[in-house]
Amino acid sequence: MTNTAVPPGRPGISMEAAQRRRARMAEQMRVGKMTRTLVTPEGAEIKLKLASVAERAGAFAIDVAIQWAIVIGVLLGMIFTMGAMGMEQANFAFAFWMVFYFFVRNFYYIFFEIGRKAATPGKRALGLRVATRDGGRLTADAVLARNFMREVELGLPLQFVFMGLGGDQVGGWMALFGLCWSCVFLFFPVFNRDKMRVGDLLAGTWVIKSPKAQLMSDITSAIMTPEQGARFAFTPAQADAYGIHELHVLEDVLRQSTPEIKQQVAGRIRDKIGWARTAGETDLAFLEAYYAALRKRLEQRMLLGERKTDKFDMGR
Amino acid sequence: MRGDTLKSYRFREEREADWRKLDLILTRAENSGVNALSDEDMTALPRLYRQAVSSLSVARSISLDQNVITYLESLCTRAYFFVYGARTTLGERIMDFLRRGWPQAVSGAVGPTLLAFLFFFGGIALAFFLCMQDMDWFWTFHNESLFDGRNPDATVEYLRSTIYTDPNDHGQSDLAAFSGFLFNNNARVSLFAFALGFAFGLPTAWLLLYNGVTIGSLYAVFWQKGLGFEFTGWLMIHGVTELFAITLAGAAGFVIGGAVAFPGRMTRMDSARAAGQKAATIAMGCVIMLVIAALLEGFGRQLINSDVARYTIAGVSLFLWCAYFYLPRAGRDT
Repeated sequence: MTNTAVPPGRPGISMEAAQRRRARMAEQMRVGKMTRTLVTPEGAEIKLKLASVAERAGAFAIDVAIQWAIVIGVLLGMIFTMGAMGMEQANFAFAFWMVFYFFVRNFYYIFFEIGRKAATPGKRALGLRVATRDGGRLTADAVLARNFMREVELGLPLQFVFMGLGGDQVGGWMALFGLCWSCVFLFFPVFNRDKMRVGDLLAGTWVIKSPKAQLMSDITSAIMTPEQGARFAFTPAQADAYGIHELHVLEDVLRQSTPEIKQQVAGRIRDKIGWARTAGETDLAFLEAYYAALRKRLEQRMLLGERKTDKFDMGR
Repeated sequence: MRGDTLKSYRFREEREADWRKLDLILTRAENSGVNALSDEDMTALPRLYRQAVSSLSVARSISLDQNVITYLESLCTRAYFFVYGARTTLGERIMDFLRRGWPQAVSGAVGPTLLAFLFFFGGIALAFFLCMQDMDWFWTFHNESLFDGRNPDATVEYLRSTIYTDPNDHGQSDLAAFSGFLFNNNARVSLFAFALGFAFGLPTAWLLLYNGVTIGSLYAVFWQKGLGFEFTGWLMIHGVTELFAITLAGAAGFVIGGAVAFPGRMTRMDSARAAGQKAATIAMGCVIMLVIAALLEGFGRQLINSDVARYTIAGVSLFLWCAYFYLPRAGRDT
């Protein structure tokens, strides 16, 4: 850390660090905008994260692919059977297929969203689910409402596109006008805070993330042996060097990153807190021990009502 | 400095077994349904859920272990949706829809149904009387030759032949195919009439009028050739169900349009939501009615060539639908 450009009034913060901090705050704001608080009847708060438009579109693409696989599979099956039985019933078979396609297009979503997981296979693949906005139970009516609207949200723009392709000039202008109008429905989710489709609005639902998180072992459990504790005795000043943000970064490093990164991080922490490396001390053991010490210190301060958000946070 | 362990570590150690147990129960319920849970699990569930929720609140204030908090957030969300979510099976939901939801939604929307009826049958009457005065109107409404040559230039014999099926004719599968296409078209029109109600019901009104005009002009063609009675039988054997369904779909659109235009004391959004769910139930019912209409059309109309039988079926189906929707019944208290 260089301390060349020190802004007035905040000693110890370089320009670069201040910038990064601002960027982090902006990121937190962005995440916060996508988070909604649900208060359970027990009075506890659960934070729900809304699915982004990109995730919704991705889930939809997967669902459409599955539907087409079903519909085309049935079509091929029918062609094959007709090849064996003769072509006399071709018209009837095609009409049947059209009806089948209608039902797949609409009831695919309804069937899966009424089900236990309240999510279509596409949504499930991306860890999304449908929920009511008021936290109540998801009724069949709501699922029907949000999915019947899809026929307009998607069907109408397509209808106008086909109308424009097949019509004369006047019809073309009409179609263009209709397309613009119907695109309001199509792009509705982009323009509202809750990322709702028109169907969601009408049904009182939204789509949230419901990832299945795994509980991993506590990092501090590795360091709980007495001899390890005796080896890494950090002074209070050393344990005060960082804040909550750095603690969380360190947790990610310990859980996910490669040995090389761990080595670099350990080196930087040793420099910062002035820790002399003892013989036989591994980077991993050092990082785990420092993590435990830092977390203990920060949690103690938190109990007293002080949240040291990051290393620049000097408190009041 | 390392004599005592972390508070958050001890906190986690004491509760972890319960969290994992809740996780296991939820995973089992999500994968194989409520029935896969033992009685023991079911009784443990509320306690475990409450504990997980309170663990989450405590963890937020004492623990800085990101993983624990993320895990508890996800666990509590899953548990909340399971504990407070609907646990009825698909079969139960369908039965409830047929027994209560659907007739209740329809009988609760008499006003919008009448409005839709006015637009739809107004369209029919308008086109009918215009065409009766001057058949050129037919060509105004339909600039291409639709309907397989059923237009004012057709002969009486030809028109008559379209009403009755010749038993020796082998084109029956084509007629069944036609009913399939018609179902597809009607179902789309119904869903559009429902969904476009969102724009204050104006597109719904237009759709109803437009479809009414189509039927009315065709009606005039047959009427002018003195085939009014026969055509009515041909149309009404399935038409009672079909036209009723389209009228109801229009009513569903008007329910939404009315709620959006005149929200009353509610916010516009709440009003739209309350109406949207009711209207969706009606729209779902329309799809069912259209399936029945398509079956009546595809099979009934081809097999039954007697006018009396056709009128009887039309009358009976009208009576049955009205009785199903509007007759007060016991146990309607929700």
